[in-house]
Amino acid sequence: MCKSIFSRKQLGIPYILFLFLFVIAPLFVIVFFAFTNGEGQFTMKNLTGFFTDSNTLGTLAYSFGIAIVTTCVCLLLAYPVAYILARSHMKMKSVVIMIFVMPMWINFTLRITALKEILTVIEGNLAFYPFMNTVIGMTYDFLPFMILPIYTTLMKLDNSLLEAANDLGASGRQTFFHVTLPLSMPGVVSGISMVFLPAMTNYVVLDMLYNSTYIMGSLIGSYFSAYNWNGGSMIALILLLIICIFTLATNRVADEDAGNRGGALL
Amino acid sequence: MIRKLFRIIFICLVLLFLYAPILVLMVYSFTDSANIGVIREISFDNYITLFTKSELRSMIWGTIVLAVLSAVLATILGTLGAIGAFYSKKQIMVAINTVNQVPVVNADVVTGFSICILLAVVVGVSKDSFLPLVAGHVTLCAPFVYLSVLPKLKQMDGSLYEAAIDLGASPATALWRIVIPQIFSGIISGFALAITLSLDDYFITTYTKPATFDTISTYVVNATKGAQTEIKTALWALSTVIFLIVLCIVAAMNFAASVKEKNGKAGA
Repeated sequence: MCKSIFSRKQLGIPYILFLFLFVIAPLFVIVFFAFTNGEGQFTMKNLTGFFTDSNTLGTLAYSFGIAIVTTCVCLLLAYPVAYILARSHMKMKSVVIMIFVMPMWINFTLRITALKEILTVIEGNLAFYPFMNTVIGMTYDFLPFMILPIYTTLMKLDNSLLEAANDLGASGRQTFFHVTLPLSMPGVVSGISMVFLPAMTNYVVLDMLYNSTYIMGSLIGSYFSAYNWNGGSMIALILLLIICIFTLATNRVADEDAGNRGGALL
Repeated sequence: MIRKLFRIIFICLVLLFLYAPILVLMVYSFTDSANIGVIREISFDNYITLFTKSELRSMIWGTIVLAVLSAVLATILGTLGAIGAFYSKKQIMVAINTVNQVPVVNADVVTGFSICILLAVVVGVSKDSFLPLVAGHVTLCAPFVYLSVLPKLKQMDGSLYEAAIDLGASPATALWRIVIPQIFSGIISGFALAITLSLDDYFITTYTKPATFDTISTYVVNATKGAQTEIKTALWALSTVIFLIVLCIVAAMNFAASVKEKNGKAGA
């Protein structure tokens, strides 16, 4: 008996080794490179360089701006969609939500190509409205990731709570703001975490739309093209810190099973 | 009534935003025009180019082979990891869970870049060996397999395994014939998720791939910057094909789900 339990535990060893090699080790390497120069000597130059360069600081601010606006736009579009679908008595509800989520499974570069063609017809030169076009592109790319978790939490909502609110004399609006909205917050928060961080780092969207590289992720890309591993590592480390803070902040409220990268429907 | 109409219009507008670009592109992929706005003649040239041009074909096959290979590896590793973690001490399981969460929440740019630095710069593995690429994709996918298998283990009836052992099955047999079948749905959904993640990935690929190898994502990004119209419109055809495949899979899944529901076996 003892032996059998021992063997089951052992099955996890390859994965633990794998996590050490490809998850933990790379993080240490990033930290090491971020605080050394090309010759491997300790330096703070990468860090001070980042915070004294107006270009990198501007990029950081711009990325935050893009991410915040994109998240808000996604939320404003996704919440009503999820709410309408979850509350409706349509028989084909599950099919409609599938249609909303389906774009997740089409390669995002191909979808951005399609968006670019259409926007070019409408606007002419996309570089005239860089901020707006980036937000449109990101929203187009990430909207399904916001709809799904909100829909999942709204579907789990206990109907008797709404009936109780109604019986106790709450108006439709009061019920929404005091019952539905607070109870759907876990879905909203996991939706936000699915959109906000990619919107800060997914530089391909704006690169494809109008050849711009003015976002945090593309800083890594440009250091990478210049073989500057140390500068790139510092950017990666800063991004990692932002991600850490963001994740710790959202984890308290996030609904664990409300859909991760489209996994909930599979 | 007006409210209901308003809701339907809102839903339709959002759907239009999500689908109009891809549908317009689909229509144009069947014409000989290279720009949206002018339809000249119906033509299947884009599809002929897509399936005959060797550079496009090898790019598509490369993407598929990479996705299947990394999904298989990720599924094996992630499933074994979940089983191992499930039967380990609580602290060990919590530790594995935490580390497992890192690639899930991390930006793909950071994951790809850090693996590239570790393997290509520190250890000195050549990117042409495909090792960094596969390692990167498995790192992206395996945590999601782990996450979809672990809940199934928690739901599983543990006494069946003990019963099999008591009846004389070896641990390996019991694991293969009792545990694996009970968590199989989790393994399958983890595998499917791994495939879609690998197919959609751009960032990890771009930092770890050999210079001459391209997946659909990296190829498309380069192609949009190039001026080759032939390639550009062939990619419209590719979008159409992928859209139709995804549509078929989603329709099949819906159909399967509705059949299951009718038979009264609807599961979670």
